[in-house]
Amino acid sequence: MNLGTLPNVGAHIAVARLTHVYPGPPAPVTALQDVSFTVATGEFCVLIGPSGCGKTTLLHVLAGLITPTSGTVTVPRTVSGHVATAVAFQGVSTFPWMTVAQNVAYGLRMMGVPSAERQRRATFHIRRVGLEAFRDAYPHQLSEGMRQRVNIARAFATDPDILLLDEPFAALDEQTRLRLQDELLRLWEASRKTIFFITHSLDEAGRLADRVLVMTGRPGRIKTEVVVRLPRPREYGAIRRDPAYGTLTARLWDELAPDENATQT
Amino acid sequence: MTGRGFDRLLAVLSPLGFLAVWEALSRLALLDPRFIPSPANVLHTIVAMTRTGELPYHVLVSSRRIVAGFLLGAVPAVGVGLMMGLSKPVRAVLMPLVSAIYPIPKIAVYPLLIFYLGLGEASKISIVALSIFFLVLLNTMAGVLAVDPAYFKIAKAYGANGRGVFATVAFPGALPQIFTGLKLGMGFALIVIVGAELLGSDKGIGYLIWRSYQIFAIDAMFAGLLVTAILGWVAILALDWLERRVLPWQR
Repeated sequence: MNLGTLPNVGAHIAVARLTHVYPGPPAPVTALQDVSFTVATGEFCVLIGPSGCGKTTLLHVLAGLITPTSGTVTVPRTVSGHVATAVAFQGVSTFPWMTVAQNVAYGLRMMGVPSAERQRRATFHIRRVGLEAFRDAYPHQLSEGMRQRVNIARAFATDPDILLLDEPFAALDEQTRLRLQDELLRLWEASRKTIFFITHSLDEAGRLADRVLVMTGRPGRIKTEVVVRLPRPREYGAIRRDPAYGTLTARLWDELAPDENATQT
Repeated sequence: MTGRGFDRLLAVLSPLGFLAVWEALSRLALLDPRFIPSPANVLHTIVAMTRTGELPYHVLVSSRRIVAGFLLGAVPAVGVGLMMGLSKPVRAVLMPLVSAIYPIPKIAVYPLLIFYLGLGEASKISIVALSIFFLVLLNTMAGVLAVDPAYFKIAKAYGANGRGVFATVAFPGALPQIFTGLKLGMGFALIVIVGAELLGSDKGIGYLIWRSYQIFAIDAMFAGLLVTAILGWVAILALDWLERRVLPWQR
């Protein structure tokens, strides 16, 4: 795997002919097959696909947690105390034994940022996600939506070039999900980080993305990409009334649907 | 809050109730005072023995042995347990040894310890350390293995090195289980120290009970038993307090 041969390449993801096979037992499973795509600097790229298609495997490869079987992956890596890529995982996200402030400062602590500076930056990011009243609370005292805010604040706090987000809003109710989408878009528009966002929600993909990559079922391949030309900011009420949004989500469904049927037969 | 207060009240009332029934049975002459003295009698003996300084001396001796043995046993047990939990090869190497030694009743090793270390404090502290070591070790290891792998993944994704993973995931994640091990270990420590003092010692609560038996001072034997029970209870309270201080994230 090519781990960012050029440290100054900037926030830019390039994946070429990536294949990953889990060796089993019981039998080898090809999770990803011949996946190629790029994400431009500052782009909000969303990946959708049927469940079990290897989305999370792909994210783990990008995060450097899995070494793929073959193919090249170019992601800027941590260079001299700077985390180039921050990740927010699906499901359990915050450390239950750390307060909100400690969770948000976690990446900075692992980078070796001095305590005072860590505090300052954590406070800033806690305020940005509206949790200043809860900075000393533990995750079990928070709602799931607040925990996901902590998750996102932690990713932003390291000031990465790239954010990898794996279905961060999957476990939330619809209203909380929309509010957090607003917050994420606001944070992204202010920072223009490169975001690679995985979701199974077509609505979410259409609302957030500059470009949507559609994956097929196992083995996961990139089937197509759909460029989203809806104007920003994408206020929810307005975008729902825009016929182009309906056309877009319908198109995403069409792209996914044959595959869904294929996996069921 | 009222629920918790009520639970606490019950927790205080149940032992007091037991003592009241015991006292009543003694007063009604249903219990033979030559074999089972009344609580009032035992209390009287405890007060008398406290005045002479005899009882506090033996309690202090036993407590010191327990605390020293506890530290000597628990600290390395947590360290080794964490390593065994984090590393498969370490587990593969050490687990057969642990499984083989763990079931040996530790008091059976005491004669050997006396032979090596003599009758002084070293053998007493060592037997306490030995009796809790494996218990704390196994609980620590199980605690690390029970930590959700997602937390290790997050740590790695944020660039945590081995020490970072150790300090921010494995140790705090295993702490609740470590405390379970410590509390179980406290029970074993009491059993073993009193046993060891019965066998070969010239001080400590176990010695006090044994000597009282030899001079047929039944009330003093009961005093020794009661003080042992109180000591165990105080030790668990202390561990509970420590747990609440160290684990504020636990509900």
